[in-house]
Amino acid sequence: MDPAFITPFISSIQHVFSTMMQLRVDIGTPGIKKDPAPTYDVSGIIGMSGDVVGSVTLSFPLATARNVVALFAGSPVEPGTPDFADAIGELVNMVSGNAKGQFTGSKKVSISCPSVVVGQNHLVARQKDVPCISIPCKTDCGDLVIEIAIRESASASGATPAQAAAA
Amino acid sequence: MKILLIDDSKTMRNIQKSVLTQLGYSQVEEACDGNDALSKAAKFGPDLILCDWNMPNMDGLTFVKTFRQTNKATPVIMVTTESEKARVIEAIKAGVNNYVVKPFTPDLLAQRIQETMAKRAAA
Repeated sequence: MDPAFITPFISSIQHVFSTMMQLRVDIGTPGIKKDPAPTYDVSGIIGMSGDVVGSVTLSFPLATARNVVALFAGSPVEPGTPDFADAIGELVNMVSGNAKGQFTGSKKVSISCPSVVVGQNHLVARQKDVPCISIPCKTDCGDLVIEIAIRESASASGATPAQAAAA
Repeated sequence: MKILLIDDSKTMRNIQKSVLTQLGYSQVEEACDGNDALSKAAKFGPDLILCDWNMPNMDGLTFVKTFRQTNKATPVIMVTTESEKARVIEAIKAGVNNYVVKPFTPDLLAQRIQETMAKRAAA
């Protein structure tokens, strides 16, 4: 994966959490993730299409998600309710949208409306030809990870899909 | 002053609504997408519209283009994660009067609302 795709997500999650929740995010060492299962129980997922394709997931342990949502929404919200999913979805939307603004340049990229899954051992199907980079994050609300599985599309790079996937 | 708040996220509507309340604006109508907003704008007659971009059913840009076919006067502030220069220009060409990129502080949103309404009053 192009490293230029990683840095914007790091600065974006720090900016979004700090601005909306006054919450500091400390970044750990990124690694390649091969398992399709998200690291934790609550996943906010957003798709990217256009000149960059793939998906971005914010994955939280349930306790962290509860704490983050309470801080973001201004009061505790019960997991499994539409309001809980709404808050997680808006966070992944802001993190992805803000990162997209940093790496797109002349590229045309659209982001989907977010999806949110709550429950242990759920799977997030990703495109097989797109590697997933997992970035661990520490906050006072608990740990979470950003899972980034995106690449420049074949049409944008002028490469064949196989060449683009190998890049 | 009557304000129409359009965002598919209830959390974001609540956050923006609390800023509006702090500014003394209590007449706020909410809409969850562009279609809902067109219907509510016709009945509510807002003096100001705050509009998200990425929403299901009808997005914010399509809402603004449709709304501007019949209403050139009511100011619209786009409140969105879309921060690329090309997107901002696209929104302004469609008839948006001011722009706030998410995430935002309450102070920034308040400042944009006050700027927009001051320009409207001076026009």
